Amino acid sequence: MEKSGFKAAWCQGDRITKCSLLLMGSSNFLRGQYIKGFIFLSVQIIYIGIMLTNGFSMLAKLPSLGEAIQQEVWNEAKGIYEYTAGDQSLLILLFGISILFLTIAFFMVYRTNVKSACHVQYLKEKGLALPTFKQDIKELFDSRLHVLLLSAPVTGILVFTILPLIFMITMAFTNYSKIDQHLILFDWIGLKNFAEVLDVSGDIGRQFWGVLGWTLTWAIFATILNYILGMLLAIVINRKETKGKGFWRFCFILSIAVPQFVSLMIMRTMLQPEGAVNILLRNLHLIEASASLPFFTDPTWARITVIVINLWVGIPFTMIQVSGILQNIPSELYESAKVDGANAFTIFTKITLPYMLFVTTPYLITTFMSNINNFNVIYLLSGGDPTPVGMSAGKTDLLVTWLYKLTIDKQYYNLGAVIGIFTFVVLAVISLLTYRNTQSYKDEEGFM
Amino acid sequence: MKKNKKRMVNGSVYSGLSILAVIWLMPIFWVILTSLRVERGSYVTTFFPKAFTIDNYVHLFTDTGVLNFPKMFMNTLIIASASCVVSCFFVLSVAYCTSRLRFKLRKPFMNIAMILGLFPGFMSMIAVYYILQALGLSEGVMIKAALILVYSAASGTGFYIAKGFFDTIPKALDEAALLDGANKWQIFTRITIPLSRPILVYTALSSFLAPWVDFIFARVICRADASQYTVSIGMWRMLEYTMIDAWYTRFAAAAVCVSIPIAILFVVMQKFYAEGMSGAVKG
Repeated sequence: MEKSGFKAAWCQGDRITKCSLLLMGSSNFLRGQYIKGFIFLSVQIIYIGIMLTNGFSMLAKLPSLGEAIQQEVWNEAKGIYEYTAGDQSLLILLFGISILFLTIAFFMVYRTNVKSACHVQYLKEKGLALPTFKQDIKELFDSRLHVLLLSAPVTGILVFTILPLIFMITMAFTNYSKIDQHLILFDWIGLKNFAEVLDVSGDIGRQFWGVLGWTLTWAIFATILNYILGMLLAIVINRKETKGKGFWRFCFILSIAVPQFVSLMIMRTMLQPEGAVNILLRNLHLIEASASLPFFTDPTWARITVIVINLWVGIPFTMIQVSGILQNIPSELYESAKVDGANAFTIFTKITLPYMLFVTTPYLITTFMSNINNFNVIYLLSGGDPTPVGMSAGKTDLLVTWLYKLTIDKQYYNLGAVIGIFTFVVLAVISLLTYRNTQSYKDEEGFM
Repeated sequence: MKKNKKRMVNGSVYSGLSILAVIWLMPIFWVILTSLRVERGSYVTTFFPKAFTIDNYVHLFTDTGVLNFPKMFMNTLIIASASCVVSCFFVLSVAYCTSRLRFKLRKPFMNIAMILGLFPGFMSMIAVYYILQALGLSEGVMIKAALILVYSAASGTGFYIAKGFFDTIPKALDEAALLDGANKWQIFTRITIPLSRPILVYTALSSFLAPWVDFIFARVICRADASQYTVSIGMWRMLEYTMIDAWYTRFAAAAVCVSIPIAILFVVMQKFYAEGMSGAVKG
C-alpha cells in the first residue's frame, strides 16, 4: 500500500496495521521498531491515564463550570466543622482548556502513529529495510531538523502564550467578576459582557468610549510628534555645519540607556506638587512660593504632561532609527531643490518628509501599535490619574492600563477580557487598513 | 552678509541643541545629585543638595533588613542569565527554521506569531500565574524558575530580526557545506551561528536586559515574597507611601547602580544591532 492515513490503514492495512489503530505503536513494535513502538504506546497509556484520573471529570464540568459550593460539614468523630472542597470554576476552566489542548496534541501523535504504521507495512511489503531508531535520530539532525529545533520553542509559545490567551478570551463570555461575588463559582453568560462594554448609556460603556477616544488621540499625537521632532533633531545634528556630532548624539542616547521604569518613576516624583520641578520654578520666582503646577491633577495638564514626557522618552529612539535613512536620501534631490531656490521648510516638506514617509511607514505603524499598548509610560507616570470619583478609568488611562486596573485592582476579570479583545480588534483593523494603503505596500519601487 | 547669516543660523542651532541637551540630561543629573544627598525624603526645598555623602550607597548595600538590595540584584542576575541562554536558543532556532528550512507549517507559524504580537502581553498574565501555580512554581525558590519561564518561554515569537539577518547569509555557503557532507544541524551550528555574531549578541543582550526592566510580570508572580524580588519591584516598593521618606535617596542610589551596567550593555547592544541590520556578508 502506498497511501498512508486512516482510510488507507482501515481499507488496505493488514491485521497488524489495523491493530495499531487501537493500540498505538503495535505495528512498529511487531515489525521490529521496538523503541519507536514503545514511545507511541507510552504516549497512549499516559493520555488514557490522565483522562481517567482527571480529564473526563474536568471536561464534564466544562459546560456548567462547576456547581458545588464549599460547605461546612459537622464531623462527629472529631467534633469540629470541616470544609468540603467546592468547585472552583477558574481551575475547571483552565484545566478543561488544557485537557482540550492535550487531546488535540494526542490526536496529532495518533495520526503520526497511523501514518508510521502504514509506512512500515509498505516498506515490509516492498522488502525494504526498516529505518533503525538510530537512523530516525539522525534524521532529526538533518531532513527533520525543524522538528528538533522547533518543538521546545513551540511548546513554550503554546503553554505560555496561546493557552493563557484562549483562557482569557473564554473568560469574556463568563460572569467571573467581583460583581455579585462570582469569584469562585461562575457561569457562561454569552455575549452580555460585550453588550455592557459597548452600551453608551451604561457606566462601563461610557468609560469605554472615553478611554478608547483618548487611547487613539494619545497614539496619534505620541507617534506623529515623536516622528517629526525626532527627525528634525536628527537633521539638525547631521547637518554638515554642526560640529561635535558624536557629543550631541551621546547626550540624547544617554537617556535611552537608563532603564525606562527608572527614568519614568523619577519623572513622576519630580513632577509632584512638591516635586523638584515645582521647587525649581518657585526658586526662580516663576510661580508663587506656595503654588504648584497641576501636572497630574488636572485632566488637560495630565494629558499634555504624559505626551510631553513620552517625547522625552521617544525622541532619542526616533533620532537613532532615522539617522541612517536620512543619509540615504540622494543628495542630487537637495542640490536641484537649492538651485530652484527652495528654502529649508520647502525642502523638508517636499523632499525629506515624503521620502522618509515612503521608507519608514512600516516603522510608523509599529510605533503606533506600541503606543496603543504603551503600558509603562502611562502606568508608571500618571497611573491613569486624575480619576473622577466613582469611576474606574482615569483621564489618562489607555485601554491597556484600564484593563490592568479592572483585572488586578477591581477583579472584574470578565470585563478586562472583553477590553483586551477590543484592543486586539482595534490593533488588527488599524494594522490591516494602514498597511494595505501604504505606498510601500502597493508599489515597492515607487519613490523618485 | 551671507557669512553673517550663516553664523546666526549656527549660533541658534547650537543654543537650541544645548537647551535640549540640558532638558534631556537634567533628570539623570538630578538622580545622581539625589543619590549623594544628605537630607532624606522626596520633598526638599532646594534643587541642589545642602551637603554631599556616599552613605546612601553604603546603606543600600548594608542595611538589608527591610529591602535586601544585594539579594534582589543577585536574583535578577540569576534570572537574567538563565533566561538569556534559553531565549537565545529559542530565538535562533526559530529564526533558522523559518529562514532556511522548508516545512509545511512554516507560513502559518509565521502568521500566528505576528497575530500573537497584537494582543496586549499581560492580558494573559493571570492565566500564566495559574498555570505556574498548577506546575508548582509559585512558592519560594521556584519563583525564580517561574520568572525564567515567563521571560524566555514565549521568546520564540520574537524571531523576526534574527530571521531577517539569516536571510542575508548567502545560500551558497550552505550548499557548499552540504556537498562536503555536512548535515543541516552542522550547517546551523558551524556556519550560520558563527556568521551571525552581531545578531547573537543583540539577542543575548536584549533578553538579558528584559528581567532588569520588567516589573509588571515580576510583581504579579512574586506577590508578597520579598526574598524573591527583582530589582525593579524592589525599587518600586521603595517609592511606596510608607517607604518613600526613608528610602528616597537610596532609591536614587539604586537607580544609579542599576543604570550604569545596563547603560554599558545597551550601548554595546546598539552597536551590534546596527551591524546586524546591515546584513551578514559585506560587499
